[in-house]
Amino acid sequence: MPFLALESLTKRFGDQVAVDALDLAVEPGEFVSLLGPSGCGKTTTLQMIAGFIEPTSGAITLEGRDLLGMQPNQRGLGIVFQSYALFPHMTAAENVAFGLEMRRVAKAERDQRVAQTLELVGLGALADRYPRRMSGGQQQRVALARALVIRPRILLLDEPLSNLDAKLREEMQIELRQIQRTVGTTTILVTHDQAEAMALSDRIVVMNKGKVEQIGRPHEAYEKPASAFVAGFLGKTNVLPGAVHHDTGAAIAMIGDGRWPVPDMTDAQVSISVRPEKIDFIDAAACSIGGTVRTRIFQGNHWLYQVDTPCGLVTVIRQNSGQAVPAEGAAVRLTWRTEDMAIHPAAATAS
Amino acid sequence: MSVTAPSTPAVRRAWAPYLLSAPALLLFAGVVLIPIAMTVILSFHDWGQYKGIEPVFILKNWREIIDDSYFHEMFLRTLRISVLVTLIAAVFGAPEAYILNRMRNPWKGIFLLVILGPLLISVVARTLGWALLFGGETGVINKALLNLGVITAPIPFMFTETGVVIALSHVLMPFMVLSVWAGLQRLDPQVENAALSLGASHATVLRRIVLPQVMPGILSGSIIVFALAASAFATPAIIGGRRLKVAATLAYDEFLNTLNWPLGAAVASLLLVALVVIIVGCNRLVERRYAQVFQ
Amino acid sequence: MSRNGPLALAYHTLFVAFVLAPIVIVCIVAFTPEGFLSIPTERFSLRWFRAIAQYPEFIEAFWNSVWLAALSSAIAVGFSVPAALAIARHDFRGREAMTALFLSPLMVPHVVLGIAFLRFFTQIGLGGTFVGLVLSHIVVVFPFALRLVLSSAVGMDRAVENAAVSLGATNVAVFRRITLPLILPGLASGWALAFIQSFDEVTMTVFIAAPGTVTLPVRMFLYIQDNIDPLVTSVSACVIAVTTVFLVVLDRIYGLERLLVGRGQQEGV
Repeated sequence: MPFLALESLTKRFGDQVAVDALDLAVEPGEFVSLLGPSGCGKTTTLQMIAGFIEPTSGAITLEGRDLLGMQPNQRGLGIVFQSYALFPHMTAAENVAFGLEMRRVAKAERDQRVAQTLELVGLGALADRYPRRMSGGQQQRVALARALVIRPRILLLDEPLSNLDAKLREEMQIELRQIQRTVGTTTILVTHDQAEAMALSDRIVVMNKGKVEQIGRPHEAYEKPASAFVAGFLGKTNVLPGAVHHDTGAAIAMIGDGRWPVPDMTDAQVSISVRPEKIDFIDAAACSIGGTVRTRIFQGNHWLYQVDTPCGLVTVIRQNSGQAVPAEGAAVRLTWRTEDMAIHPAAATAS
Repeated sequence: MSVTAPSTPAVRRAWAPYLLSAPALLLFAGVVLIPIAMTVILSFHDWGQYKGIEPVFILKNWREIIDDSYFHEMFLRTLRISVLVTLIAAVFGAPEAYILNRMRNPWKGIFLLVILGPLLISVVARTLGWALLFGGETGVINKALLNLGVITAPIPFMFTETGVVIALSHVLMPFMVLSVWAGLQRLDPQVENAALSLGASHATVLRRIVLPQVMPGILSGSIIVFALAASAFATPAIIGGRRLKVAATLAYDEFLNTLNWPLGAAVASLLLVALVVIIVGCNRLVERRYAQVFQ
Repeated sequence: MSRNGPLALAYHTLFVAFVLAPIVIVCIVAFTPEGFLSIPTERFSLRWFRAIAQYPEFIEAFWNSVWLAALSSAIAVGFSVPAALAIARHDFRGREAMTALFLSPLMVPHVVLGIAFLRFFTQIGLGGTFVGLVLSHIVVVFPFALRLVLSSAVGMDRAVENAAVSLGATNVAVFRRITLPLILPGLASGWALAFIQSFDEVTMTVFIAAPGTVTLPVRMFLYIQDNIDPLVTSVSACVIAVTTVFLVVLDRIYGLERLLVGRGQQEGV
């Protein structure tokens, strides 16, 4: 039995379906991210787990027990809010102590646990400071300590890093991951930032329009996107129109003037996605499409190309290996390995 | 509506706002709606010098108000005074709000306190001040004007509409300044600079850029000032005295001097209805006119 | 931002003179040594301030006003807190109408309210009583209390309360430990503004106050109707002084503009 299970969880607001029959099983100690654009239902899902929104139908169980029958204040979950939601009239230590007070933990133990947790998030010295006088990063740590100190059964993180600047965000990602490993709390993160989701999670749940597009390990979802949407949302990708048809018994993918042998599948119009860094320049005509370099941008450790092809503009990223590279206006041929392209039905083409 | 006790959290949440506002709602139902309804009903009752109030349904009081030219004069005077006060407040208050907004701190804060503060100072005390300025030994306005040779005979302020209009304008001026000032706060100061940089003169900036943007503030301030002027009591009672009655002082007299409560109730009901119609109507117009510009 | 030109400053000076003139003259005349209304030219005298002590009516009326204002404002704030939370937090049928009802005492002329209360309280046996006065003042100051409590409730991050809930707090604990402390400044300023409004109310109170329950502004008003003498100017000067101190304190603590620039359309004198 999974630790936390969501079963055909659904939420409707009037005619709108915010979350549509979501199924998810989370193992103990796992770090799972709900990833998707705004309005995909990820925050609604989190709010339903937390108990602030009631599902229209479906079930949520924690260690086999029904969570929906419990009031939000009895669920024992630790939540870090997007706005941090610190109590502005309490010091950092008082903020962290609040949950223990509600649990009637004796003062001596309370003080000790508060100090310990503040130490864990690296705020031991700022215990008596009010939130208003703290930086965004420090406030974020207080919010994390406040959620962790009650030893929650699950830690819910609602876009916790979105209010931090880019550099601090990267530092906090590493720290967050370390803290989560240390305390071992099962964690669910809601984010719209695919890099953050991939950096932090054991598994990613990619959501779109209330539905799950794919559940998988970050690397797996990146390399083998289950849909054009996932391919487009996780990292950069090129989406090219093409067709699969059978030629002398074997299935062939036709993209522009190029042809690739593919595993057996029914003939259809398809859209093919290829990551920019998987594309290489080649002289031979086999398994490649022709084009002209429109722009070439130097970005330090790599070159970024935009190549005009019969299938549209294709982005190519090549490592800067110090060797000669095609110039703007040069005619080139682009190639990639069959296993580097994901083939999806044409109707589901993502923009 | 469900008859069963609220059980699920969703039902409880749906009931919560009504439960929360129930105390205040009950208070308002009991102490506002019922008394006002009773007043309207009272205006249809009969009254006689010796029989007192008779709980019957007649239109006598309303007919009297509608037919008698004495009441026409009273309501027309109330209207005239309110319109004049509103105009004066708008014409003089709006520029002051603009000047105030351009001041630097600490002067801005100090003068804001000086100009808005009187709002919270007793109306009776402020009106008493005008009574002192207008008449008798302390009538400094007439003395000054006579000494300057502007006038040859003292202007009668006490017990005249002129006096009432001046004193009421003073009493209600802060509302206009407040309203326009609030509008100016929403104005991006860079917009004025943008217009200047495009070659507009200062006067053009005021007319084409600032005025249109503060117009909603002036209009909503005007509605407030008009409503309060039309229902003003203490100031017209002190400056206007017994001779120069307006709607509010008229109702007061019917109630506490003549003791003809039903007639007084009719005057009050008419005042209430007229004001509600005018305020709601004006609010609608202002909102419709400016809905697109200011959300 | 550019500064005001000389013309604007001249206008401003005249405007401020207009605003202050009646208030200043009351305070000056109050110091007259004469037995009649006059502007003291040679010396200032406190005789008319001392004279107040000889008129227990004013002292009594002052205390009536203080108790009435303190009590009705406190009750109004008490009623306004749950109502403000309902309006700020919930989207429900009749919300607009309810808000309009709660703000209606700002729009209904106080003369009409006075007449309505006179009739109502006489009918139910509360005519001329202090209880009647308190009830009527609660209603009249309610919009002011509600507006300030409402703006502090609206300005509060809902997630803060959710955070407390997620940490195990019951509804009561959330209200006592989180909500109440956070809206307390709004409560305090709402009470203060309501206090001033109640303390200054004359139009409605003149209808329903009996000789034993007369408030200070009503006493002053009735006095002025009979005759204006230096005594009433010294009483007024005291009222002006006390209000001014109150005002400056409020401005320092809360900011007068924030107190007065609210969401409501109408305000009462």
